Amino acid sequence: MIADPSMKSPEAAAKRIERAPLVTRNRSMAWITDHVASCTEKKAPLWWWIAFVLSASLAVVSGLCIAYLISTGVGVWGLNSPVGWAWDITNFVFWIGIGHAGTLISAILFLTRQKWRTSINRAAEAMTLFAVICAAIFPVFHVGRVWMAWFLAPVPNSNAIWQNFRSPLLWDVFAVSTYFTVSVLFWYTGLVPDLATLRDRATTKLRKFFYGIGALGWRGGNRQWKHYEMAYLILAGLSTPLVLSVHSVVSFDFATSVIPGWHTTIFPPYFVAGAIFGGFAMVLTIMLPARAIFGLHDLITDDHVDKMCKIILLTGSIVGYAYAMEFFIAWYGGNLFEQYAFINRATGPYWWAYWSMIFCNVVAPQLFWFRFFRRHVLWVFIVCMFVNAGMWFERFVIIVTSLHRDFLPSSWGMFYPTWVDIWTFVGTFGVFLSLFLLFIRWLPMICIFEVKAVLPEADPHHGHHDGHHAAPSALKEGAH
Amino acid sequence: MESVGNTQAQLFGMAAEVPSASALYHAAEKVRDAGYKRWDVYSPFPIHGMDHAMGLKKSWLSALVFFGGLTGFATAIVLTFYPSTIEYPLIVAGKPVNFFTVPAFFPIMFELTVLISAFTATFGMLALNGLPRWNHPMFNWDRFRKVSNDGFFLAIEATDPQFDEEATRAMLEGLGAKHITLVHGD
Repeated sequence: MIADPSMKSPEAAAKRIERAPLVTRNRSMAWITDHVASCTEKKAPLWWWIAFVLSASLAVVSGLCIAYLISTGVGVWGLNSPVGWAWDITNFVFWIGIGHAGTLISAILFLTRQKWRTSINRAAEAMTLFAVICAAIFPVFHVGRVWMAWFLAPVPNSNAIWQNFRSPLLWDVFAVSTYFTVSVLFWYTGLVPDLATLRDRATTKLRKFFYGIGALGWRGGNRQWKHYEMAYLILAGLSTPLVLSVHSVVSFDFATSVIPGWHTTIFPPYFVAGAIFGGFAMVLTIMLPARAIFGLHDLITDDHVDKMCKIILLTGSIVGYAYAMEFFIAWYGGNLFEQYAFINRATGPYWWAYWSMIFCNVVAPQLFWFRFFRRHVLWVFIVCMFVNAGMWFERFVIIVTSLHRDFLPSSWGMFYPTWVDIWTFVGTFGVFLSLFLLFIRWLPMICIFEVKAVLPEADPHHGHHDGHHAAPSALKEGAH
Repeated sequence: MESVGNTQAQLFGMAAEVPSASALYHAAEKVRDAGYKRWDVYSPFPIHGMDHAMGLKKSWLSALVFFGGLTGFATAIVLTFYPSTIEYPLIVAGKPVNFFTVPAFFPIMFELTVLISAFTATFGMLALNGLPRWNHPMFNWDRFRKVSNDGFFLAIEATDPQFDEEATRAMLEGLGAKHITLVHGD
């Protein structure tokens, strides 16, 4: 390396490590404001109405299924002994996992100063909220008598019963509700300066009123930014351990039981990696069409997609390692029931689910080792669809294959979903997409102020012609 | 000099526009060195190093959040221990219910600490910023709408002990600021 002639002068060295611009084609601040804000200001295009009517109809299907469940009983789902948890918990873990990518992008990538996050964090955080809403539907209605769901809250009641605070199911209530609340606060805090932008651009009284209320009177003074940046940093710092805790607690629901296939210590990190993996796939699944439709290629560049693909490759490989390690420990642990649970997973009646999971989650993402596949949107999209399906299969495999062959062969059974199971789940995609479509119509889907802050002209030392290259002066700035 | 707002109402201050983030940064250094105390710079995004250029200290929101976190932690201790070990010990599978079961309460302690801290961070930030508020004299200036797009402004408030229409104006002109305007309240 030292012998490399290009490393000799500091300017040349700085040039070598210079990164691709985060916003391409030298777009100006006004262009960014205009381009992002106008997505909410123009008349809704025809495709939006078609997509919204379709997804809202699906959401209604989910609603009808739930109404049927409430009026009839939880038996309308295919749950029965020995598989007392099936699609409902699969769907819950699937959706809650999807949310994790949003918080990872908004909090962990913020703390690690990954500036490329700025153009995708808003939509990813919105996706988090909508995914958690979809997730919450399943455990809430699985309680059966949903009007008793408030028993989960630790309030003194006339039955004089307290919650079991030592139960992972109650930890889950606290973890998921805290996660949702903190994600809303984080998201809204990030939105305030952008709502001020929409307020200042408003041409109708109605828009001025509603965005004015939402912007809370934000002025953009540095005395405000000072507290704002501190609040944002703290929220990022709080969200980082929170997001890791949420899927860990979800995994405790399984890991603290004594069921072979569930009772393992690898679950928390394995679940967290899987959640980030599946979440990034869903971020790309919805951002790639949105980018194409709104022409946001200068803000969400191919570099952004490339980086997300690398995270999918990394977390997908961690998940693949966890699958292998589960098998190894089952063999190494010498527990016959554990060994049987895993052999049954791969070769039993649910072998097709297991191998679909392996193909979708471990094999398909390996394409991302190659730049060609990370740079071609269609390939990225195809792999992400595999990952979306694979992560659903992962939860299905963990939950159903571990339960369906109980300790005694006399209580073995199979799980068959009913039409209510199927349509409730399909309907949640309608809920998710409807909320996302409403979001891109009414709120800026890209964080306008943060994208401006990563432009070269946002640097207060930009444009100094004192013989220094831009990069060394930026390094000097970071030093003090 | 232009005047905006209700000229009969109280004078808020003198505002001006500069062309770029870097111009605003250097203007702030000069206003700081001129000894002004009640003034602010306005920009579409937070400018790196601006607190130093303005001579501002670190935000003390972090101290508020520390106490918010303590409140959440204390709440969780009371919420879990009091019912589970004293008031209503719920014996599950013959397991103990005494003080040594504390690890089972860690998740809830963690979650409530984070929850109350996050509330304190968000609402504390708003309180320190004097938000929400319905209106502000700066909004009387139509040009100021650019602040959320690509405008960079600074304003010296009339309550600053050094504020003097002539001298402040001369200083702002010396900084190369444009559109110097007197901003009045409603």
